[in-house]
Amino acid sequence: MRQKRLFDAFFGVAVLAVMATFVRAAYFTPVEARQGPAQKIFYIHAPAAFVALYVAFGLMAVSSALYLWLRDEKLDRLAASSAEVGLVFTTVVLVTGPIWGRTVWGAWWTWDARLTLTLFLWLIIVGYLVLRSAVDDRALRARYAAVLAILAALLIPFIHLSVYLFRTLHPQPIVLKPSAPSLPPEMLVTFLMALASFALLFLAFLRARYRLATAQDVVTGADG
Amino acid sequence: MSAAGTTIPGTFGAALLIARKDLAVELRSRAAFLSAVVFALLAAAIFYFAWDPTAVPSIDLAPGVLWVIFTFSSLLGLNRSFAAEHADRALDGLLLAPVSREAIFLGKALSNFVFVVGVQLVAVPAVAILYNVPLDRAAWGIVGIGMLAAVGLVAVGTLFSAMAVNTRLAELLLPMLSLPFFVPIVMAAAQASARILNGRPYTDFAGWVRLLVAFDLVFVTACTLAYPYTIER
Repeated sequence: MRQKRLFDAFFGVAVLAVMATFVRAAYFTPVEARQGPAQKIFYIHAPAAFVALYVAFGLMAVSSALYLWLRDEKLDRLAASSAEVGLVFTTVVLVTGPIWGRTVWGAWWTWDARLTLTLFLWLIIVGYLVLRSAVDDRALRARYAAVLAILAALLIPFIHLSVYLFRTLHPQPIVLKPSAPSLPPEMLVTFLMALASFALLFLAFLRARYRLATAQDVVTGADG
Repeated sequence: MSAAGTTIPGTFGAALLIARKDLAVELRSRAAFLSAVVFALLAAAIFYFAWDPTAVPSIDLAPGVLWVIFTFSSLLGLNRSFAAEHADRALDGLLLAPVSREAIFLGKALSNFVFVVGVQLVAVPAVAILYNVPLDRAAWGIVGIGMLAAVGLVAVGTLFSAMAVNTRLAELLLPMLSLPFFVPIVMAAAQASARILNGRPYTDFAGWVRLLVAFDLVFVTACTLAYPYTIER
């Protein structure tokens, strides 16, 4: 079987899209009146959070549940790949957040519901990847990982609920809410562009990581 | 125990038998229990000196200390739960027995529950004495919260203990996997017992109690259902 390339044209398109977003965010989007240039980090922070928390983690949980049902190795590879790429995006969220928070709130960190949730999600994904690396048998590894991912998905609402009682500096949703988004149109366009390009970048990484996992499985044995 | 060949116990009967076996083993050696208790006492003493007692009154410190100690000392017992079955492949014998996998899990969880409550029975009075906390009226409330916390903790911990023994990292992996799951338990238990100790009415911490109950229901069910997936061969 011929090895598929990890980084191809699709990957290049995703990188270009992210670069275009950054150029627009930096030079062609108005500066926010109260926060000044610091607000620009929003165009990295928020889309990365969206991709990590909803897309990557959701994909990991759903494909894990499906794996226990269908026992298709592809689903296990998908779960592992989205966990690993999701970890990168969650790290971006956790690095950009405090930088922004320090400038705007005057505090690097606050134990608010979302921050705490993201931190624990990050820790859980690290635990998930360590667990995977500590089991040699492929089928056993897939089942253990799937069980952990499903339990983690059940845990999320509990962490959210428990931290919710400690209220909170983090802004309420300003784009995804029932009424119209309260972002000015230029900023909204930049944000949506950022969202789309980050999602594209996530898919590109995911595809590369998935192909790598397939190649690894071919090399290490059994079926291909 | 009935003589061989007479009756095969149902799920709960089998779970009770397995729990009894584990507790008999632990009662004879007392190794895990003693180390957990000594750990709890040491931690209580060390924690006291980690704060400035003139700045933070020890009654405000006690609930947090208690639940952190409780969580970490429980891990000591949970580690041994399946490590003992792993040695000499004793687990294979259990799996060959004509009982459901869920029964094995429930039995293991039950013996861990007794273990954890036993550690609490030493740790709660010890913290009360060392931190000068007047327990009198609050005692039953703390015991109730402790039971609720123990159920969820043991459900998750037993499952991860079963998984961790089969990995290369063995007992190193257990805290990494279980501690994120203990976060809501520790928070709810500490917040609720702080309010109990301060003599606040139930409505002030009803939310935390409900959180504990919901956690217990969700994770006892989920972990019991998930366990068979971790052992099938």
